Amino acid sequence: MEEHTGLPKTFEEFVEARKQGFLTVKEFKENGGKLAGCLCSYTPHEILDAAGVATVGLCGTSNETIPDAEKVLPKNLCPLIKSTYGFAYSDKCPYTYFSDIIIGETTCDGKKKMYELLAELKDVHILQLPQGQDRPYAKDIWYEEICLFREAMEKKFGVEITEENLRKAVKKRNRLRKALCSMYQLQETCPPALKGTEMMLALQQGTFTFDLEKQIANIENKVEQARKAYAAGERPVSASAKRILLTGCPSGGVIQKVGMVIENNGGVIVCLDDCSGERTNKLLIDENADDILRASADRYLSIHCSVMTPNDGRIDNTKEMVEKYKVDGVIEVVLQACHTFNVEATQMRRMVEDAGIPYMKLETDYATSDSGQLETRIAAFIETL
Amino acid sequence: MYQVGIDIGSSAAKAAVLNEGKLVKTLLLDTGFSGRNTADRIYGMLEQEGITKENAAYVATGYGRISVPYADRTVTEITCHGKGSWFLFQENGTVIDVGGQDTKGIMLKNGRIMKFVMNDKCSAGTGKFLEVMTNRLGLTLEELSGLASLGNPVVISSMCTVFAESEVISLIGKGTPREDIAFGIVESVVEKVVQLISQVQGDQYFLTGGLCEDEYFCGRLSHSLKAPVKSMPEARYAGAIGAALLAEE
Repeated sequence: MEEHTGLPKTFEEFVEARKQGFLTVKEFKENGGKLAGCLCSYTPHEILDAAGVATVGLCGTSNETIPDAEKVLPKNLCPLIKSTYGFAYSDKCPYTYFSDIIIGETTCDGKKKMYELLAELKDVHILQLPQGQDRPYAKDIWYEEICLFREAMEKKFGVEITEENLRKAVKKRNRLRKALCSMYQLQETCPPALKGTEMMLALQQGTFTFDLEKQIANIENKVEQARKAYAAGERPVSASAKRILLTGCPSGGVIQKVGMVIENNGGVIVCLDDCSGERTNKLLIDENADDILRASADRYLSIHCSVMTPNDGRIDNTKEMVEKYKVDGVIEVVLQACHTFNVEATQMRRMVEDAGIPYMKLETDYATSDSGQLETRIAAFIETL
Repeated sequence: MYQVGIDIGSSAAKAAVLNEGKLVKTLLLDTGFSGRNTADRIYGMLEQEGITKENAAYVATGYGRISVPYADRTVTEITCHGKGSWFLFQENGTVIDVGGQDTKGIMLKNGRIMKFVMNDKCSAGTGKFLEVMTNRLGLTLEELSGLASLGNPVVISSMCTVFAESEVISLIGKGTPREDIAFGIVESVVEKVVQLISQVQGDQYFLTGGLCEDEYFCGRLSHSLKAPVKSMPEARYAGAIGAALLAEE
């Protein structure tokens, strides 16, 4: 396994913004910073926080590295998986390149097997998730897995992960979760206080901030500014905009392709119902629990992703969100070859239609080849609301 | 005051003119390379009949909807086909539009679109599929249907247009009669259309788009759907008529 300290061989070919990104992370590392790349909301971030390791989201959201990835991975695979692997393979992402370790979970089959290949390029630690949350022993299995993870990180970084630091980390992460939820709740008013895509971009930006305190402050500022502006009468969104809930796969790679198209055609995203949204972030960890590690493990396992079976909790939550955000229509985005979300979409559609709300599923990837059709379908869906 | 609807599709451009709620004129042109030129030609043709910006409102739809510079606004072809079909058929049911590059199913109830489906970027079950296949067999669309009605069942199983073309080439190579291949081609489109619209089923169906006068295709579709499929020559202009109706609102 090579540990990267210098810049990649292809550095000189990069555009200025990417070069800058590499130099920033390089400096962070040279000043003794430790970096872990994360790919999923199941990653117990508090363990890394308590080890003094900065975390960064490495979920691939760009089509750019997919041709590289397809030299190794099959074509008919989810674009998020291909993009993520492609960034590691091509040395194009500074965060992937300089991360000391990448943390993965046994979520979907595609990711789980991709990690085996990723481990040829980077140090990877895999957390084994149970297949569901309802077995009496599921929580114990996951707790054991978290204990192993803690040991592995202590060994890797030569630190002790103390109860005290864990509890501090839990408190801080809970603050981030509350700040994110207050941002989501800006969309409750009619018209909402923010464009949904502005919120999505802010969220994405946040995953690249090493300093958690700064990340919390950024979100809190954004919320406060939006609230003040709204109170002063500013309305960034038209009152006639149709209120859309966006559900399905992680949406970071389709902000332009789906998010912007919704908002340029008379819609506004009032609820981001993917794994980075309210569904996940409203789950807090009991800060005063006697066993803080147990409490953390329990919280993470209660996250609803389509890799779990059964996964009724996700559908129930969306139902609640549809009412809370006075949703006019639900759009589900399924990334190409994501079987779990694609199959679960049938249950989602039934629930949404039973609630009397129009529903549309879009299956797409990160390429622009279907942009024309997508735009027609999205615009037509909004016209019919 | 005239209401003009212009539907710039991927292969054909259609225009419909309404006056006092009545369809008074239709136009059909090849879209060609430039939707913009086609749109200008339509304007010129209507101008000669005294229909101009002075006395008409224009709504554009279809893939080329943004290349109609004189349109007052644009509306997607889904909404337009829904409105236009209601104008023509005045009954509840599901509209099936087999277009040049996509196929849509639109569920209508009391003039409102309840739900719709549309194929994604794949051209299976669309006019494109038929275009590629008729070219390969050296036939026109009318000839294809005529031959298909005389053919024996042959299955073309590839979902993808490109693969299906290879499959047809193999059939030709094996000496399969042209009638049988034609039969297989039409059945392939019917099967894919039926699959696509399974989520917007109705008691009856209305076929719009370029195949509306093809009785053989309507018959096969009706056979597979086990429900009546209605059409009429004006259904080719359903999108343009819908756009014209929206020029008033």
